Amino acid sequence: MSAPTTALRTGRDPYHIGHAPAAGVPEYTGHGAGGPAPKRIVVGYGFWIFILSDVILFSCFFATYTVLIHARNGGPGPQEIFDLHGTALETACLLLSSFACGLTSLAVARRNLLWSEIFLAVTGLLGAAFIGLEVHEFYGLVARGDGPTRSAFLTSFFALVGCHGAHVTAGLLWLGTMMAQFPAKGFKASIRHRYLCFSLFWHALDIIWIGIFTVVYLIGKITP
Amino acid sequence: MTLLGRLTWQAIPFHEPLPLFSGLGVLITVVAILAWVVAKGYVPYLWREWITSVDHKRIGVMYCILASVMLLRGFIDAIMMRTQQVMAYDAPGFLPPSHFDQVFSAHGTIMIFFVAMPFVIGLMNLVVPLQLGVRDVAFPTLNSVSFWLTAAGALLVNLSLVIGEFDRMGWLPYPPLSELRYSPGVGVDYYCWSLQISGVGTLMTGINFVTTILKLRAPGMHYTRMPMFCWTALASNLLIVAAFPVLTATLAMLLLDRYVGFHFFTDTAGGNSMMFMNLIWAWGHPEVYILALPAFGIYSEVVSTFSCKPLFGYRSMIYATMAICIISFMVWLHHFFTMGAGADVNSIFGIASMIIAVPTGVKIFNWLFTMYGGYVRFRTPMLWSIGFIVTFAIGGLTGVLLAVPPADFQLHNSLFLVAHFHNVIIGAVIFGAFAGYTYWFPKAFGFVLDERLGKWAFWLWLIGFWVAWGPGYVLGLEGMTRRLQHYDVAEWHPWLVVAEGGVVIILLGIIAQIAQIVVSVRTREQRRDVTGDPWDGRNLEWATASPPPAFNFAVLPDVTDQEPYWDMKARAREIGQLTRPEPRYEPIHMPRNSPTGFVTAFLAVVTGFALIWHIWWLVLLGLAGAYATFVVFAWRDHDEELIPAEEVARIDRANRAARSAALQHRQLRRETQRESAE
Repeated sequence: MSAPTTALRTGRDPYHIGHAPAAGVPEYTGHGAGGPAPKRIVVGYGFWIFILSDVILFSCFFATYTVLIHARNGGPGPQEIFDLHGTALETACLLLSSFACGLTSLAVARRNLLWSEIFLAVTGLLGAAFIGLEVHEFYGLVARGDGPTRSAFLTSFFALVGCHGAHVTAGLLWLGTMMAQFPAKGFKASIRHRYLCFSLFWHALDIIWIGIFTVVYLIGKITP
Repeated sequence: MTLLGRLTWQAIPFHEPLPLFSGLGVLITVVAILAWVVAKGYVPYLWREWITSVDHKRIGVMYCILASVMLLRGFIDAIMMRTQQVMAYDAPGFLPPSHFDQVFSAHGTIMIFFVAMPFVIGLMNLVVPLQLGVRDVAFPTLNSVSFWLTAAGALLVNLSLVIGEFDRMGWLPYPPLSELRYSPGVGVDYYCWSLQISGVGTLMTGINFVTTILKLRAPGMHYTRMPMFCWTALASNLLIVAAFPVLTATLAMLLLDRYVGFHFFTDTAGGNSMMFMNLIWAWGHPEVYILALPAFGIYSEVVSTFSCKPLFGYRSMIYATMAICIISFMVWLHHFFTMGAGADVNSIFGIASMIIAVPTGVKIFNWLFTMYGGYVRFRTPMLWSIGFIVTFAIGGLTGVLLAVPPADFQLHNSLFLVAHFHNVIIGAVIFGAFAGYTYWFPKAFGFVLDERLGKWAFWLWLIGFWVAWGPGYVLGLEGMTRRLQHYDVAEWHPWLVVAEGGVVIILLGIIAQIAQIVVSVRTREQRRDVTGDPWDGRNLEWATASPPPAFNFAVLPDVTDQEPYWDMKARAREIGQLTRPEPRYEPIHMPRNSPTGFVTAFLAVVTGFALIWHIWWLVLLGLAGAYATFVVFAWRDHDEELIPAEEVARIDRANRAARSAALQHRQLRRETQRESAE
């Protein structure tokens, strides 16, 4: 049996991805062989896997959108219905919201209740503004008779963007719950783990939106 | 809008005696069992120890029970179909078309989603944490939620028997037939919502097990020391995570079409129904391997244990497993070669489908070489494994035939295809589930199943399967298409009679299995597994007592070998005592039981039922309840229970004593053998 490595003796993880070697482990290969990972890693990792599965869910809606983009049924195409000014505003709201979420993470890391709540509130308000703008866009389209039942293209557009909007709305519910939990429960480990998951979720929705902004709105504007 | 949506008294099939009476029979049985449970005062016990349990072993057992009960339901559907086709030669038979269509749809849906899936997930729950040498899965409460959501889906499917109707277009509701225009009833809605609910449960199982296997293993268990079953479970759960969101999205699109007039798959306004076929099979083909891979893992464990040899080609088995895991996403189009994608596309997918047979062949040879030169013990799990190798090899070969596009143009939608997929799903998944069930039963319950009746069950199933589905290949070549409610071709009739005989033989096999449980439970005192290692096993699940304590291992095992427990036993025999001195016992934190899973499932049934029948106020109520449950769960303060060190010590000392005794006994026996030889 080989002598324990320096990393083992000092108890430091040479790979910095969390699986700290347990005492008495004969060797350490970096293949997750150091015994069960700590709770924070397990929770974050599990939630990451969930986000990946959610990305696959979205990819199906992206795929249907690209398949149906020309199935207009005599209705309008992307060039006629998209208003890039509104979309730019939406994107700005969501990106700033993600930035505020990052600031919240810093405040949570410092266990600062006041700033955690303030930044969470900013995150939530910007998210709500995004949803407001999206509802406004949808309402305008439906009022003009260009709702999702008009054509297969509009169906796929409303479903993809609406699916993202539904995720943001669910995230807002979660955010509200977190805002109630910080003062009620303090910064104990389980609450911080939950916040970690929330921030992963919120940033992931941002990444999805970048995809929507590009594939649906920008490419849509140049699709005849 | 009325208070109960579209639910009226007409939903109860008063005019159709068959579903009415079978539904009433099920209802009376369920009520009788519940009444018996209440009268005996078992409710608090069941609530405390099972319904709210977050212990992976209990959840695994409940999954297997659910699967077994649903197997009976699905099998009754099978008997009805076979009997109908025997009777319906130039005659109407006893099932009217609308009912026959529901029977074959329910049979397929139930067998895949509520028999095969829960059975393999149940065995993974029971065994994977034990084999990894850890105390539970990554997210125990989520695990309970997963199980109860699966049960909720199963309940909704069975509810359709009495209230309303089930889907009539097969186990995959192809549009445009499944669109509102052609299927205005509740059948498709029952199908979609029950699968959406159980699908969420399955997805969470996938996330849970991927995290468990990648992040929670005993110290020293490298990837190349993980038992084969854990590897296949990892591959299967990776497939769940990657494939089930596709099912969720596809069914969501169909539901949007049906509920709010979207045009994903409609034949008007530009909808594209072939998109449904592509999407559903992008999930559907990986699904085949989600089921088959864990079964391959079970065979690997069983063949190696009962051949008293390490698994042959362990690393090639890992490569084969992961190759199947990836290639399974590249073959979906072979389910609809006749779509008209053209020769180029069809060739690519045909070749990919043939390539996937290569890693599967690697596995078959590995099992054969594991047996070669081994000391093979023909116990029941081993019989299932050998029966599988023969049956599955033939089923796989007919699959390669179907992968040739020109041949597929002739054979698609015929009984040849149906015989092929029964050949692989029964031959691989169901036989594997039974092998695993017999193999790990003593681990779960502490006593061994009756061997004689087990062997009867095996032979009846094996022979019954071939008598029932051998004729399917002939009928397919004779041009019989699937799902025929009646027919007028004289040549088919004798073969269908033979197939009916096969179903009767399988029925006898199932009766033998029920008798096996009854006999084994009644004589359980004589069949106690006191050592925790009834088969002379090789992996860590046999290193703990049978049944294992709640915490599985008093001290996490140190893994130094690819077959950790075999290695431990070998060293113990060398030094004549247990390898580890008694450790210093410490208190263990275990997750507390939680009713969250049960409450979530209850609300899921209510919400699903309300959605099916358009009872919108109840939908809102159900969703609000779900959010409330989430908040209450998030607000909990004590999520762990402490098992005191003395309790841990008491349980582990008993386990150590039993193992020491077994070791002494074995050595004594060896010495006597040596003396008598001299």
